[in-house]
Amino acid sequence: MELIGLANYALFMGIFIGIYALLALGLNIQWGFAGLFNAGIAGFFAVGAYASAIVTGPAAEGRLGGFDMPFFVGWLMAMVAAALIAWPIGKICLRFRSDYLAIASIGVAEIIRLVVKSEPALTNGARGITSLPRPFGDLPYVQSQMAYLAIVAIVLLGAYSLVERQFNAPWGRMMRAIRDNELAARAMGKNIERRRLEAFIFGSALMGLGGALFAHFNRSITPEAIDPMVATFLVWIMLILGGSGNNRGAILGAAMVWIIWSMSEIATDQLPAEYAVKAKYIRLFLIGLMLQLVLRFRPEGLLPEPQRGKAVADSNRE
Amino acid sequence: MLELDQLVMDFSGFRAVNGCSFKVEKGSITGLIGPNGAGKTTLFNLIAGALKPTSGCIRFLDQNVTGLSSDALFHRGLVRTFQIPHEFARLTTLENLMMVPPQQAGENLFANWLSWGKVKTGEALVEKKAWETLEFLELTHVANERAGNLSGGQKKLLELGRTMMTDAKLVLLDEPAAGVNRTLLRKLEEKIQILNRDRGYTFILIEHDMEMIEKLCHPVVCMAEGAVLIQGDFQTVRSDSRVLEAYLGETTGDAA
Repeated sequence: MELIGLANYALFMGIFIGIYALLALGLNIQWGFAGLFNAGIAGFFAVGAYASAIVTGPAAEGRLGGFDMPFFVGWLMAMVAAALIAWPIGKICLRFRSDYLAIASIGVAEIIRLVVKSEPALTNGARGITSLPRPFGDLPYVQSQMAYLAIVAIVLLGAYSLVERQFNAPWGRMMRAIRDNELAARAMGKNIERRRLEAFIFGSALMGLGGALFAHFNRSITPEAIDPMVATFLVWIMLILGGSGNNRGAILGAAMVWIIWSMSEIATDQLPAEYAVKAKYIRLFLIGLMLQLVLRFRPEGLLPEPQRGKAVADSNRE
Repeated sequence: MLELDQLVMDFSGFRAVNGCSFKVEKGSITGLIGPNGAGKTTLFNLIAGALKPTSGCIRFLDQNVTGLSSDALFHRGLVRTFQIPHEFARLTTLENLMMVPPQQAGENLFANWLSWGKVKTGEALVEKKAWETLEFLELTHVANERAGNLSGGQKKLLELGRTMMTDAKLVLLDEPAAGVNRTLLRKLEEKIQILNRDRGYTFILIEHDMEMIEKLCHPVVCMAEGAVLIQGDFQTVRSDSRVLEAYLGETTGDAA
């Protein structure tokens, strides 16, 4: 019995790691390669989750929905919706320098959260959208979890290879050049604004996909899930710990931070009752402490940015 | 090829360029000299589109290009180097060169997913060109080194190398000799002459090294206080009393 419980817990954790790895990959495109400080991950996560929920969810009186689409159409729509939202936001905010972009993107994410909370015709307000279809959701519990983990793993692997391809291609080289020296990249004929917007939209689409995978796993999405603490800052720590500029680092960081984050819940559950109400803050403190330690002792992350040009040059000469 | 007409650049009350006008002929190597603070680099920033002039007009290849951005000017054949090297520090030397050519197939996100074969072909060509450039500059031994780790002189060469990765018509060189040792300097002069002769590059060169100016440049334009003081061949400019007063006289010791 104990063993099955552990296996279930591991499955659950694996699925979440996969979802967070998608968010971290999206952030890696924006920060690791384009140097864009997006502090509004939760916003794009929410747009993706709700877009998929609306497209696939059941019909309800007075609310947009009932399109009865299969889950993969929902996931595709999640990416499209997140990309469409990212476009005007990027158009406006990418003109700012990195720290201002961070402030602007926090603001945008907060606006999205409030819209989600107060637009019943679109999102069913605070109650959220429930009874979402889950692929292989009719199987017995454990099998269903395993099937979902497999789907998440396949999606993650696909996303990883698509992103990795870009980073080794001239597009990635150009983005790294823009990140390293904007003035020189412009003098070498690169259209900085357009390229940054591309990276912003690309990353946001992956964040939207992560949101959709999250919603269908839970079979529901509510405004409470759009917590900047877990949907934005946790992802930042994952990327920084794992190694920004390194896609494998992003995935590794997602795994490590999620494991520590979930374990911290088990640990705080053991606290005496009088501290129980403070558990949430203790966990936040732990996450903050972790970030400080990483930045102090290993700012380049566990897997630092690889020297890509060398790998490319060597493989081409072979 | 290039015509500057009454260019003015104000920085909140300070006038760095004050009614500067001159012409650059196709195929020439024009030297731009003048004391520190004469407005030479600001003028380069104006020509290259990094700054927009307060007033005045810039014509390049018989078209008004005043106020165009530097990426747009690059595509018209105007390439510049920086006084302080602006390498892409975390890219390798080779990558620094490979990023330059315009319209690479692999700069399109979808091409990288959908037509990787075409991208690879383009990459092979760009890489070949980059290796040739590295050989020309004698930098092959640092090809896979991060550019941020190169020496000051090597970065200067890399700056020059980037201008060779595209079909430039006019190249602006901002103090290519500063911080470069003597041996490397002679090499640099040679490279500039070869590029001018064989590839038809027109150059404008800001330089404090008078030997280099004398060897390479005709005509020489001397700037002082944001405007052209005099232009002509090196000897004429050198012996003009106003120039001596503004610049050569007081900085002859400096010239090395």
